[in-house]
Amino acid sequence: MLEIKNLHANINGKEILRGINLTVKAGEVHAIMGPNGSGKSTLSSVLAGDPTFTVTEGEVIFNGKNLLELSPEDRSREGIFLSFQYPVEIPGVSMVNFMRTAVNEHRKYKGLDPMSASDFLKLMREKKELVELDNKLANRSVNEGFSGGEKKRNEIFQMAMLEPKLSILDETDSGLDIDALRIVATGVNKLKKADNASIVITHYQRLLDYIVPDIVHVLYKGQIVKTAGKELALELEEKGYDWIKKELGE
Amino acid sequence: MSVEQSYIDIYKQYGEVLKKNSAAPMNELREKAFESFERLGFPTRRLEAYQYTDLKDLFGVNYGMNLNRVALKEDFRCDVPGINAHLFYIVNDTFYCPAESEKALLELRAKGVSIGSIREYAQSNPSLVSKYYGKAAGCGSDALTDFNTAFAQDGFFLHIPENVVIEKPIQLICVMSGSVPMLGTQRNLIVLERAAQAKLLLCAHTKGELEQLSNRVTEVFVGENAVYDHYKLENTHAKSVSIAKLYAKQYTGSELLVNDITLHNGLTRNNIQIDIDGEHCQTTLSGMAIGDAKQHIDNATQINHNFPNCKSRELYKYVLNDEAVGAFSGKVKVAKGAIKTEAYQTDRNVCMSPKARMYTKPHLEIYADDVKCSHGASTGRIDETALFYLRSRGISESEARMLLMFAFVSDVLENIRIEAVRDKIRMLVEQRFRGELSRCSNCGVCK
Repeated sequence: MLEIKNLHANINGKEILRGINLTVKAGEVHAIMGPNGSGKSTLSSVLAGDPTFTVTEGEVIFNGKNLLELSPEDRSREGIFLSFQYPVEIPGVSMVNFMRTAVNEHRKYKGLDPMSASDFLKLMREKKELVELDNKLANRSVNEGFSGGEKKRNEIFQMAMLEPKLSILDETDSGLDIDALRIVATGVNKLKKADNASIVITHYQRLLDYIVPDIVHVLYKGQIVKTAGKELALELEEKGYDWIKKELGE
Repeated sequence: MSVEQSYIDIYKQYGEVLKKNSAAPMNELREKAFESFERLGFPTRRLEAYQYTDLKDLFGVNYGMNLNRVALKEDFRCDVPGINAHLFYIVNDTFYCPAESEKALLELRAKGVSIGSIREYAQSNPSLVSKYYGKAAGCGSDALTDFNTAFAQDGFFLHIPENVVIEKPIQLICVMSGSVPMLGTQRNLIVLERAAQAKLLLCAHTKGELEQLSNRVTEVFVGENAVYDHYKLENTHAKSVSIAKLYAKQYTGSELLVNDITLHNGLTRNNIQIDIDGEHCQTTLSGMAIGDAKQHIDNATQINHNFPNCKSRELYKYVLNDEAVGAFSGKVKVAKGAIKTEAYQTDRNVCMSPKARMYTKPHLEIYADDVKCSHGASTGRIDETALFYLRSRGISESEARMLLMFAFVSDVLENIRIEAVRDKIRMLVEQRFRGELSRCSNCGVCK
């Protein structure tokens, strides 16, 4: 589904990603872990097409398409979804209007007619229940005045609405208490299908108790330095990242 | 010959015609206003009050003035139809009541409301008109107001007696039109006596493709405990010059809401001056402007808190693209003794292109202790992180920009208390941002 080859990217001339190689197949859950500043969030931003980062080398193939040539909106329409670490508050744009516009743009891309108002509201209702998103929130402006947990829940709600093929969860666990974490993880697990995949980016192992990865990668200084099964996450939790640094001879 | 001289000559030549076509309450101020105009001349950027907009040269076009009052009627379809309002027209400066509103006009008059042409009321009820005419606008402080007072022949008059509430909004469609470039001198007077209530929507339009200059003065008196909403929507073409001055006086316990929306224009200068002349008044002053191409929008506002225990809230927003120029000058003056005043002013602007320019000048003058006042002004670009967030959900860049611009001005649109009008104006604003606005119907200039 996704193939990243030798990906290099920088921000304002500072190189953050220094040759990432990663292959994700349908049905898989990948966890990317790593210490602060290793490039985890940069990787997710680059995949989503954030214009603040510049790709200098490498390629990303997503379902046969050159992802790096696509605009952020086309990446979304092709099935990429980024759950933001810090979702933006957008006063004045209602959740309903936002989601209706997004869903209909996805449909237009697929050659489908816009969804009827009643079908759309039905879809909203269904998906809200999935992440236990309060009705009040759905009637407000995008993320405006939402608590940290509500914002993350809203991200998963949007993911449920758009049904992506590849979802990238960037530090979705940060700022969540244990109940919110459970709700978010349950939502993600319910959305898991044989033909979609997820990349879960996290600093801690905690989230991985709920969203069990098939493969765990360690990102360090802009490169994937270790890849193993889910037991790697536990090992990291126990020993911290220092032993990886030692293994690398630092 | 100076720009002023041609108008001075016209006044001298047509002074008798002006007087003949009008009536005593208007004529009484004419001479004094003319002398003041002659002394002051048209404002230039050298005057602080006009530092962002040069109006003098704009009067240099050879405009027709229709001083002989050739009858004009317009079949003009306004952008805000179907709001179930009492509908009246002013073509250039001439008031007329369309057939569909004749019944409503009679019904309102039966309730004691005076509504119609100011010229006719000045003739038929001079004591009522002269009690208010010129009392808010004054004479000698602004050359363009004096120009209006010197040349005004007609406009809209509304007088609502005590305790009368006009439920339906009144819609006044002002169209500048003509087979030659026209200069319209429109003069409106709106009086709400104690505990009266009304809502007015003034739609300013241009028809045709020629230069049109409208110099409108509106005086408003909001009596004790009266409630008045004044909405203005300008949708004119690129060759239009629109000068609109609103002078309002508020008395004890009254409530005034002014919302001034410039949707599309050429060059616009709005002045709003609100004198709060009684305690426990509430004032909401709001406005927005959308500018692109070389449009120019200058809003100058002044709220004078002359009495204690009053609240005012002011909010202006501009969205400027291409080479559009916006200016906002907002003054709030709290007089000595006007304690417990609450006055909040906000001006927020977005420049969408590097060549768009915004000048903003918020200022507070406070001569009383124990007041709560604030002002804030900012000009920036569209929020790039919000833009990326929307795009990352599959929303195209242009659509995402539209959503953000619409969201940016949404709180100004919230200050419209007539639901049908709010919905229509929202729709127009959205169309404007999408570039789908019909502009003024039948207008070819901006296509």
